[in-house]
Amino acid sequence: MKNVSDADSNTAGTAGLIHSIIAKAYAESPHLLHVLYALQQQCLHISEEAVREVAAHLDLPSSQVDAVVEFYSFFHKIPRGRYDILFSNCTSCGYMAGGVDLMAMLGQQLNIVADNTRGDGLVSMGQTSCIGMCDHGAALLVNGMPIISLDVAMIARIAALVEAETPLKDWPSGWFQVDDNIRVSGLLLKDDLSAGVGLRAMLALGTEDTLSEIIQSGLRGRGGAGFSTGMKWQLCREVQGSAHYVVCNADEGEPGTFKDRVLLHSYADSLFEGMTVCAFAVGAKQGYLYLRGEYRYLLPHLQSVLVRRRELGLLGVDILGQPGFSFDIDIVVGAGAYICGEESALIESLEGKRGIPRVRPPFPVTHGYLGQPTVVNNVETFIAAAHIVLRGSVWFRAVGTEKSAGSKILSISGDCAAPGIYEYPFGVTIRQVLDDCGAKDAQAVQVGGPSGMLIGSAEFDRRLGFDDLSTGGSLMVFSQARDLLVVIVNFAHFFAHESCGFCTPCRVGTTLLKNGLDKIASGHGTRYDLDEMQRLATLVKCRSHCGLGQTAANPILDGLQRFPQVFEQRLVHRDFEPHFDLDAALGEARQISHRDDAAAHIE
Amino acid sequence: MSADTKQNLITQNTITIDGQEIPFQAGQTIMDAALAAGVYIPHLCHRQGLTPHGSCKLCVVDIASRSASSHNSNRRLQAKFAVDADSRSASACTMPAVAGQQISNNTPALNEVRKTITQMLFIEGNHICPSCEKCGDCTLQAMAYHLGMLDGHFPQFFQHREVDASHPTIMLDRDRCILCELCVRASREVDGKNVFAIAGRGINAHLVVNSASGKLVDSDLETSDMAAHICPVGAILIKEHGYEVPIGQRTFDLHQVSEIGLEKIILTKARQPDE
Ligand SMILES: Cc1cc2nc3c(=O)[nH]c(=O)nc-3n(C[C@H](O)[C@H](O)[C@H](O)COP(=O)(O)O)c2cc1C
Ligand code: SF4
Ligand code: SF4
Ligand code: FES
Repeated sequence: MKNVSDADSNTAGTAGLIHSIIAKAYAESPHLLHVLYALQQQCLHISEEAVREVAAHLDLPSSQVDAVVEFYSFFHKIPRGRYDILFSNCTSCGYMAGGVDLMAMLGQQLNIVADNTRGDGLVSMGQTSCIGMCDHGAALLVNGMPIISLDVAMIARIAALVEAETPLKDWPSGWFQVDDNIRVSGLLLKDDLSAGVGLRAMLALGTEDTLSEIIQSGLRGRGGAGFSTGMKWQLCREVQGSAHYVVCNADEGEPGTFKDRVLLHSYADSLFEGMTVCAFAVGAKQGYLYLRGEYRYLLPHLQSVLVRRRELGLLGVDILGQPGFSFDIDIVVGAGAYICGEESALIESLEGKRGIPRVRPPFPVTHGYLGQPTVVNNVETFIAAAHIVLRGSVWFRAVGTEKSAGSKILSISGDCAAPGIYEYPFGVTIRQVLDDCGAKDAQAVQVGGPSGMLIGSAEFDRRLGFDDLSTGGSLMVFSQARDLLVVIVNFAHFFAHESCGFCTPCRVGTTLLKNGLDKIASGHGTRYDLDEMQRLATLVKCRSHCGLGQTAANPILDGLQRFPQVFEQRLVHRDFEPHFDLDAALGEARQISHRDDAAAHIE
Repeated sequence: MSADTKQNLITQNTITIDGQEIPFQAGQTIMDAALAAGVYIPHLCHRQGLTPHGSCKLCVVDIASRSASSHNSNRRLQAKFAVDADSRSASACTMPAVAGQQISNNTPALNEVRKTITQMLFIEGNHICPSCEKCGDCTLQAMAYHLGMLDGHFPQFFQHREVDASHPTIMLDRDRCILCELCVRASREVDGKNVFAIAGRGINAHLVVNSASGKLVDSDLETSDMAAHICPVGAILIKEHGYEVPIGQRTFDLHQVSEIGLEKIILTKARQPDE
């Protein structure tokens, strides 16, 4: 590892270095996010000068480059350490997951405060939203590489390795080993399609029949919204455009979701097969896999699968000898922004912009990437499609329910004996799922992640499916021992951090909700504050621009409805308690004056 | 009524806002149709002639769901109209007008929502109205009056925001910016420049200037640009023109924000007492 920010004193040298990093990265991939990643990686930050250079090199307004740098969590204008450590703050794989504050512990050992870079530039530390390691306990990213199953002993070893400046490749390799943890396999997880079998079946069917198989299968999107996949493909196909695009949404940012990580890791052939089927059906020549930055460690593997598929004639020109059927896939890696999972924000990000959701209509099927007709589907949706062309719509429909055909792959985490991946036919009850994963004393389950629904034990006989409990795949179990308010506060912080900031209700509202909940959780809330939460949460839900804002208040609303006691037991029984906390306001002064005695506090 | 005649009624190009039938042309949004008919829907980030943005959410309206508007007798429809569960929220400035839409706009509930959103805009920035040159000409302030807002209601965020006084004739005070992007769009779409953009995420979103130094002085913004005048609040101000029109004779001392066609008056800054 090289610390090039040392070279800052030598301006000419820095300029040359920045220029060469940009030129090299651009030659490899012209995508703005990739060029910025190279700079962040090698210079540990993206300076004003670098922003100007990138703008010049890519012929973009410098304000656009600036805006992008400041939007994504993994780009920084102030140098990070040579070891940049980011703890997940998810309730399942976060630094508090084991009940001990591992981040504070590491901070103490390295003598560093969160969100800071140490004076010697060796190390920086902070927290980041769920990194999708929820079945492996507390986890962190060090220079982008995940380390899982953290415990107190490992924290001490990490501190020592950092202080000794041990290169990452010499850290215990087992720490980086992320197993799949597949516990129950159904329709899709039984096997990764051997390369090309789906495509051969598809060519035998022809375009029309391929499309009609997908429509008849009743397949609905697995990313959350549940739109008919066949309909989406057909709509896209019918739109005139200079080009059609196929985009796979592998952003998987919903806390508690990690099934796409496993699918990308062990079922990549099925995925690319499914994207190619889609390209055949809609007439696309170019596809993109939008991979969340947290999963960058999967990039070499995914790229090797693409290379192999090109060698086998499964991607590229005249696929499988079919004249005129050409299609290829590029991978674009995100940089830490949950909102980029929203399909129109994802497309903006693909176009090298901030991930701001577009006004809809028009929808991506008519005006998507570069304004052209575009299909955006989840990883699991494409894999299901590949299986459907091979095995037929009847095979698929035979599983699941009337409205929800097929199976659903769940990422189960939280308070259970066997967290991991479970594939069930749609229609399975929560109770069944809880039994299977060994969740003995669940008081509540978060279905579909923070944006989904929080249900209590009275509802455990409800069923998974689009007509009852819909889920993108996350299922977090909370035992009787959990303080649900802590969970709800955690989710509120998540949404406030991830709001893109475009529309007023979500930009301001998520922060107000976060602050209001913090006030209640710290024992300063009154009945009035609770009523305010309810009113504000409803406004944010009903009036926000996109799905993020429209779901951000769900944990609070569900909590108030189903678990009012977790709020009420924290209330102070006064009519009014000011928001302004005099004692807390003195915190900065105490820090500056290094005082913490009684006289430095106001009660 | 037979299904056919009902269908005919619906396919005529009209929408209904608060019970008033309003014509529209293909391609118009609800806001376009409403303003053309002289119906005010509150708005801050919208300006005729610029691409609709849909970010401030002052223009939220409720549209009765299809099922309520298509197969119910008129009386039932009226009854259903009042029920929230049967409608969905939309931004009037971006939502295309569709024949037969039943829209509620000027209702106490919606104006309460709008008041709360206006309060949000006030407390996230630093708005010290009495000391602001825009006082009386400010659309945000006028909106607050229009909606009967008496205080910020929520605790202030007290955010740190940068002032850019580098330009010889134009001042940028981000404390007052409400992120409406009117200046961003005016610069791109009318001035043919690209002076402004929004950077950052969430509550840290802020206006940036497209120049090497990030300062206004190094941008190609000129006093004659629309972007220099379009700001609805006092974030972008022309220098050396303070308090030429006394308080009491300013735009919103003489006009209601709900008057249609005020934009011209505000933009030309011709604020004569007899207007
Ligand atoms: C805030 C937000 C985040 C989202 N994140 C994801 C995601 O990580 N993965 C995903 O497949 N869909 C996500 N979606 C849903 C997508 O917008 C889109 O509906 C989906 O990719 C369509 O694919 P499907 O039809 O196969 O489900 C998200 C939506 C919102 C509003
Ligand atoms: S709802 Fe939130 S995430 Fe969506 S556009 Fe508005 S601010 Fe952005
Ligand atoms: S400076 Fe004014 S016009 Fe520009 S975004 Fe801010 S409030 Fe809107
Ligand atoms: S005027 Fe429609 S959202 Fe601002």
